[in-house]
Amino acid sequence: MNTNTTLEPLIFKPKSSGLVPRSLTLAAVLLIILILAVILINIFLGGFRTIDWTFLTHAPENGMESGGIFPAIFGTVAMVILMVIAVVPVGVLTAVYLHEYTRPDSLFTRLIRIAINNLAGVPSIVFGLFGLGFFVGFIGSGIDSTFYNSPRPVWGQPAIIWASLTLALLTLPVVIVSTEEALRVIPRELREASYALGATKLQTIIRIVIPQAMPGILTGAILGVSRGAGEVAPIMFTGAAYYLPHLPTGLNDQFMVLGYHVYVMATQSPNMEVTRPILYGTVLVLLLLTILLNVVAILIRSRIRSRRVYA
Amino acid sequence: MNGYSFKKKFRFREFLGEKFIAANAMVALVAIALIFLFIFKEAIPILTNPDVQKEAGISRMVFKQQFYEGREAKWSWQPNSDVPKYSLIPLFIGTIKAALIAMLFAIPLGVGAAIYSSEFAPPRLREVIKPVIELLAGIPSVVLGFFALIVLASWLQNTLGLTYRLNALNAGIALGITVVPVIFTVAEDAMTAVPRSLRDAATALGANKWQVSFTMVLPAALPGIAAGFVLGFGRAIGETMIVLMASGNAAIVSASLTDSIRTFSATIAAEMAEVVFGSPHYNVLFFIGTLLFAITFLTNLGGDFILTRLRERIQGRTR
Repeated sequence: MNTNTTLEPLIFKPKSSGLVPRSLTLAAVLLIILILAVILINIFLGGFRTIDWTFLTHAPENGMESGGIFPAIFGTVAMVILMVIAVVPVGVLTAVYLHEYTRPDSLFTRLIRIAINNLAGVPSIVFGLFGLGFFVGFIGSGIDSTFYNSPRPVWGQPAIIWASLTLALLTLPVVIVSTEEALRVIPRELREASYALGATKLQTIIRIVIPQAMPGILTGAILGVSRGAGEVAPIMFTGAAYYLPHLPTGLNDQFMVLGYHVYVMATQSPNMEVTRPILYGTVLVLLLLTILLNVVAILIRSRIRSRRVYA
Repeated sequence: MNGYSFKKKFRFREFLGEKFIAANAMVALVAIALIFLFIFKEAIPILTNPDVQKEAGISRMVFKQQFYEGREAKWSWQPNSDVPKYSLIPLFIGTIKAALIAMLFAIPLGVGAAIYSSEFAPPRLREVIKPVIELLAGIPSVVLGFFALIVLASWLQNTLGLTYRLNALNAGIALGITVVPVIFTVAEDAMTAVPRSLRDAATALGANKWQVSFTMVLPAALPGIAAGFVLGFGRAIGETMIVLMASGNAAIVSASLTDSIRTFSATIAAEMAEVVFGSPHYNVLFFIGTLLFAITFLTNLGGDFILTRLRERIQGRTR
């Protein structure tokens, strides 16, 4: 270092107030809020008149020009229930394994983490292709050729079970991340107290850790449902149908679903002026479903986070 | 009688439980591998089968082709015409156009909001910003696509006097709305992770609050912000429903931002349902799927890599 330098003058001119960057960045925030508000208000105003009891409980009539969207609501709910049954156990156990059993720097853990991150980034349309190629084409047709001897496909066709399983893979990272966040908050003393009482690791996990992590698991499941209920690209080749005269009765039936219904009505309706209120109503139902679930998840999560203070 | 031994006893149940849990943890890993395998498997004929190559080889996808005597050679995507044409160039241009517009739209908003939230916002306002961003991220893409198709497209057309209602600009802006939360979240995390010691050092040198932010925090968090761009770009490339509904879906080679476009993702979504199983067209769609998978895989790895490095660097400094 040069020894005979005098101190540099202060790098920072003390007078600059920072008003410009502050107001520019505030403008970005306000613009985002404005965009969200415009979207929500537009859809609410366009749709709220359509939604009534008949709309929610009746099937579409006259080629979607009148009637309701009950089959689409039913299909969406059935699909996410199947999805949750598939994704929650796997997601929770993955998080438990990563957090309770392995060291964070082991190769295996790193590989799994990379896989989870990438799974979260795979485009939804690629999930759709995968669901078609793997679940429908490989598993489904495999079951058909092994157990059934019928000329028409029984399982090797687009069906609600395949759509749900495809979505389960898509939402797996959501459940894992939420559960892990909850596991991190559980104080170590709780686990140690359990060991001190003679419980084994497995017993501790089943009786102490998982029950303590329940809010986080719930958050993950809700966020997963919210995400899954709105996805269209992964299910358009794996089970969703535009119109069906009856509700799905088995796991290998096709089904109607809100998101796909919106897509087809918005892009392929021959008479937009007539279907517009129904279209807006359907979008509003879908949006309310996903947003309400999101709000619930945000609330639960903020309660978990506030526990950290004394954890 | 024999006292407690601190040696770990072998318990069959524990062993089985651990293996069962480990098996579940493998699902994500296996899924990623299977996704790649099953997408790539259907694209292989393009690389190996001469019959498929004659119609849809790599060179046919990339270079200009002359399909009729005396006509100009061109890039063209017309898989269902009598002479099927499988040039990926128009789709590539469409995909890049939409993604770039989305980034131009999302970067100022996402980074600006992240800076405000992490540096300037009073705590109570910060409590509002984050849920707003989460709600924005929670809007299903089909709903955004619907909004762009019905509302945004008309508004843009009337305001700017555009010829085509559905175009790259419309799709790109709607796409940008989904990218904002990605960029915001990553950038905000990176800025709040900058250690206090750095801020304090700058303050000691006479910097006021915003000077600390812009000369200290922002440069330190820059890699994290860049990671947000990379991840956001991957998101924009892969997003399907918005571009499918709002872009017009015309495969045109042009530089204009107000022409219709057709993207990789939308092409798969629009054509997969009607394609003949095992035909060259079918192989090409899976090939496009492989491309999408590869691009997003790389952007994810890249973004991840930057973030891990940044985390290590920041933690290393404070220690």
